[in-house]
Amino acid sequence: MTTISADQAAGTPTAVTSTLDLAGVSRWYGNVVAVNDVSMSLGPGVTGLLGPNGAGKTTLLHMMAGFLAPSRGVVTLDGRPTWRNPEVYRQLGLVSEREAVHTFLTAYEFVLASAKLHRLPDPAAAARRAIAQVEMAGAQDRRIGTYSKGMRQRARVAAALVHEPQVLLLDEPFNGMDPRQRLHMMELLHRLGDAGRTILFSSHILEEVEQVSGTVQVMVAGRLAASGDFRTIRRLMTNRPHVFTVQSTDDRALAVALMAEASVTGVELDRAGLTVRAGDYGAFTRVLPKIALREGIRVRQLVPQDESLESVFSYLVEA
Amino acid sequence: MSTVSWITLRGLLGRRRFLLLLPLPVVLVLLAALSRSLGVDPGDWGPPVLVGLGLAVVLPVVALIVGTGVLGAEIDDGTIVHILTKPLPRWQIVLPKLAVASGVTAVTVAVPLFVAGVLADSVRLGLSLAAASAVGALAYSALFLALSLLTRRPVLLGLVYVLIWEGLLGSVVSGTKVLSIQQYVIALADRLAPTGLLQGDVSVPVAAVMSALISVGFTVLAIDRLRSFSVAGETS
Repeated sequence: MTTISADQAAGTPTAVTSTLDLAGVSRWYGNVVAVNDVSMSLGPGVTGLLGPNGAGKTTLLHMMAGFLAPSRGVVTLDGRPTWRNPEVYRQLGLVSEREAVHTFLTAYEFVLASAKLHRLPDPAAAARRAIAQVEMAGAQDRRIGTYSKGMRQRARVAAALVHEPQVLLLDEPFNGMDPRQRLHMMELLHRLGDAGRTILFSSHILEEVEQVSGTVQVMVAGRLAASGDFRTIRRLMTNRPHVFTVQSTDDRALAVALMAEASVTGVELDRAGLTVRAGDYGAFTRVLPKIALREGIRVRQLVPQDESLESVFSYLVEA
Repeated sequence: MSTVSWITLRGLLGRRRFLLLLPLPVVLVLLAALSRSLGVDPGDWGPPVLVGLGLAVVLPVVALIVGTGVLGAEIDDGTIVHILTKPLPRWQIVLPKLAVASGVTAVTVAVPLFVAGVLADSVRLGLSLAAASAVGALAYSALFLALSLLTRRPVLLGLVYVLIWEGLLGSVVSGTKVLSIQQYVIALADRLAPTGLLQGDVSVPVAAVMSALISVGFTVLAIDRLRSFSVAGETS
């Protein structure tokens, strides 16, 4: 097995960089709008495309990769449209979510076939380099059918990297990977991004995006809900108002006491009990028992409302 | 051999359904050999075996399995994306696949038809059946290849064409014969070796021109469809 250092594997930093632009891109299926008026510009580095399942991430990626015509708007790679234009694949690589591989080939044959289809001057060398990049040299002569899910994924990444594309799109690349394979893949994406390539990967898991990319594009229900630096968006997410329903022996008195708290931004009183909006999840849950003790009120029920990822995302849409 | 044909061929021969191709030609040869050895008059067994089985069943069914397999199978399992994400003009994908499909079909069908033709009449009939079925293999392959880009159920639609249009309607409504690849093959084979065993219902010029039109037309259509190939929206 050949060993190869991280720097070599990522290739020398490339002087030429590519930009993928989306201008007012929408896609609908009949009456269903899958992607709604999305504009973004992707440059070198790793970008995460974050959103809950069904947000339109895959549809957007397919349009970026030229596998789906936008119903409206245009996707361009360095100014040239990606739809009906196979030439873009000189600069673009795609790793789709569906685990589709020619299982009857070995990883080397598979990557070599990609290299030949790209008409690379030295396909064998390119295939070996791409396989080394994903650290699969040891298993390259086994049929893909015998691989684990993570290994198949890496073989597919190698095939997508064989022509050293400036832009690499990956749809849910960490799905079904164990933690070690995940780490491997994350390192690889980091290296590629650091080398000046434009990397976009989609995920519905916040932590994945957090670990890999500095920039994120957040999609919710077909729309681009937020984009920019991950930390800013993370802060928005953690600082969003949290909603709790509280039932106690004396809701009215508790409401008055809570209004004085800095962490509480709003209180509503109705027959069902109190609905409390808190700016800071931790501070509110720490202070509530103290207040109850001080005021001599017994809290019967404290239920945080909808903490699902979807609700976090939809908060971002409104923000 | 181009990389596309190599992958296509390996995919085709590597799949289990390729084995489905073998029984039909074997049955054809066995029936012909049996009839010949029993001394049955070729005028009696020739038409049902050569046309009824060979040209009406073996050729279109083999072409259907192979023709929908070279592209349709890759579309079904998603591996087509690997070939499509390459900077290849789409004709460089369609033509090698068509070549593999019609080549494999022609070899699988022409050999048993040649043997059956020799047993029925002469080497000349055998050769003419082989040549005409090769033309038919090309036309059928172009049709079924295009079908796999036009519909999600190419095998079903192909069967409807072969069984209903060519098989059923062909024997009831004579007008449908002008659009029947099977009839072109019969006409061409009969022209190359007139024996009285084959009854062509379309004229030779019609057969030749229509075979060419179907082959070229569906190939051009397939290339254009592949250019606009959309990955089906998944559940998300």
